[in-house]
Amino acid sequence: MDKIIKDLTSRFKVTDYIQQRPNMAYVTVQKELAISLITHMRDIEGFTHFVLLTAVDWIEDNLFQLTYILNSPDKKVDLGIRVMIDRENPTMDSAHHLWQQVATYQRELKEMFGIDFPGSPRVDESFILEGWDDIPPYRRDFDTLKYAEETYFPRDGRGSNDPAEYMKKKLYPDEEK
Amino acid sequence: MNDIIIKLLWTLLGLFIVLNWGMLMGASMRKIVARVAHRRGIPIYQPWLDLIKLYAKRTSISHGVMFYLGPVFRLGGGVGIFLFLPLIYGSEYWSNFSWAGDLVLILYFQFFGMLGMALGAGEGGHPNSVIGITRGLSQFTTVEIPLTLAVISLALQYNTLSITEIVAAQQGGVQNWTLFTNPVATVAGMLSLLGALRHAPFNLVKAPNEVPIGPPTEYHSAFLGVLRTNGAVLHVVEAALFMNLFFGGATNWAEFIIKTFLIYFWSVFVGVVHPRFRIEQSVVWFLKIPLAIGVLAVILYI
Amino acid sequence: MSEEQNINQNNEPKEDKFLAEENKIRLVTGPDGKQFQVNPLDDYFCDKRPQVVAPKNKIIEKFLNWARAESLWVLGFGTGCGSIEIPPLLSPRFDAFRYGVQMRPTPRQSSVLIISGYLAVKTLKRAIRTYEQMQSPKYVMALGSCTINGGMYYDSYNTINRVDQYLPVDVYVAGCMPRPEALLAGFVKLKERIKAGNAEGANEYAEKFDWYKANQKKIIKNWNMPDYNW
Repeated sequence: MDKIIKDLTSRFKVTDYIQQRPNMAYVTVQKELAISLITHMRDIEGFTHFVLLTAVDWIEDNLFQLTYILNSPDKKVDLGIRVMIDRENPTMDSAHHLWQQVATYQRELKEMFGIDFPGSPRVDESFILEGWDDIPPYRRDFDTLKYAEETYFPRDGRGSNDPAEYMKKKLYPDEEK
Repeated sequence: MNDIIIKLLWTLLGLFIVLNWGMLMGASMRKIVARVAHRRGIPIYQPWLDLIKLYAKRTSISHGVMFYLGPVFRLGGGVGIFLFLPLIYGSEYWSNFSWAGDLVLILYFQFFGMLGMALGAGEGGHPNSVIGITRGLSQFTTVEIPLTLAVISLALQYNTLSITEIVAAQQGGVQNWTLFTNPVATVAGMLSLLGALRHAPFNLVKAPNEVPIGPPTEYHSAFLGVLRTNGAVLHVVEAALFMNLFFGGATNWAEFIIKTFLIYFWSVFVGVVHPRFRIEQSVVWFLKIPLAIGVLAVILYI
Repeated sequence: MSEEQNINQNNEPKEDKFLAEENKIRLVTGPDGKQFQVNPLDDYFCDKRPQVVAPKNKIIEKFLNWARAESLWVLGFGTGCGSIEIPPLLSPRFDAFRYGVQMRPTPRQSSVLIISGYLAVKTLKRAIRTYEQMQSPKYVMALGSCTINGGMYYDSYNTINRVDQYLPVDVYVAGCMPRPEALLAGFVKLKERIKAGNAEGANEYAEKFDWYKANQKKIIKNWNMPDYNW
């Protein structure tokens, strides 16, 4: 793992690096270098298995974090590649030419976060939310509770309890504290 | 004139008996399958309730004329076989309208319902019903071949195409049955019966959990009720045909009921212990052993 | 190309941004070589509203209701997590066949629609289509707390809270998820309802059709099908 990372830092401009487990590490790279880094990892280092592509909304820093996780079946190691992109104008280069299934992840991210991947096949079609016309629901400034209450006819009288407290009250009503 | 009306009434009564006996056999078949799977299974009166419910549905929609005629053709096929099949040997009234060439007519009627169903299901427009009918026709064609060969063998053996005469030739003891005088044709016929009654291994066409239910995908309400009615009639009538051809016919109702029950349950018991064939497997199966036996049966009597 | 533009001009402006490709108005060349215009929504689908079918004579209806109650054909359409509780119903341990419950694979033949668990908006659209294809009298059984008040997905952006706003529900089975025994109890309850003549969900749907449609269209924003599709 160390060898791979050392090699990576010498070739690409890695801004941050976390060793999560002995066989799992995260590197953070610039947006422009990410796709060439992934291509390098796939074609030369043998990270041929694409695990997932997901996003995190850092609303305080005004950033989206994209995470590509790759796996090397031979070396039995995982590598996460983090890319920070601007939240105001979220576009990223598409990686669908490396693995076909990336197109589906990108379609989902386009729908749920509004991150655009120009050139990715069918990226503009609706994925799960058919005909969504609000702001993308996974963004943190989207208030799901308010949306659900306005849209879905909530039933009156719905309450919730902390299970531990509730059971304590029910089973041992005499006990204080 | 009066005679024919009285005969018609007797035939209708026979149809009623056969229908109810068929439903009872269907129910006990499902009961046996359930018992084999260690379940209690349906109540024995379930088929009647299903039928009442289907006829009592409040709405139904049609896709065109052929959609109406599909179940009618199917029922016409089943009742057609019934009309030309002597149920009880020696009884004038229970012989229905059997005549000299009825064996050929019955073989024709067996296919008639399937073809009507194909036209109706095609008009329904559902892709699954088209797949189902394709499977059904291809399987049924191969089922017919050994049966036809067995029938040809019988026709050569008894020198007749009338079922009544074939039954007459088998009277006078068990040793005169076709089962013992022509065992090769009997084996071919009984193997093709497995496909004709469409129980497992060969029930892929109408199995509810294959490509949704095959030909009747789009049929509902009273249409499906007609199809179910036909299914019940057809089961008894097929069994009665084989009883007449191979097992000496019946001289009274008790004999009729016992023999049709046993013939029907030959296919049920085979079905209970065998998994389902895919359509190409069953086609190939019918074109191998049953076909070879059928050809042998014909060769023996040429 | 010019012909297509003509067609679009002839029609009133519609909000058919979401209309599926195969449902758009188009020119078709017939087998005789003539071109004619096809509007699939009018030509291929029946746009008649559902009609209220009044129950028949009291005694006959009582008998028919008994038959309907004892022969429940369930559509095998799993909408959520609860669909995993349905297959064990037919296994030797629970054996729903005893109660006259059978599975049918096609909506045309079945009389009971089971909403099994949470219903996403995308699934709701399919459930409505399925329900409308079923033949009256038809019943809806809703499983799990998600269908009653939203359950653990009450604040989700994509899961409806109450099924009875969109489809007429006959029986609710509470639980998260209800066990197969609870499902059987639900079937027994449904039978009682049918035998008492109270399960007139299809007629209710036809009577309050506009209200149901308004609710459905409020959340299904890409309504790209006919209003009533059977």
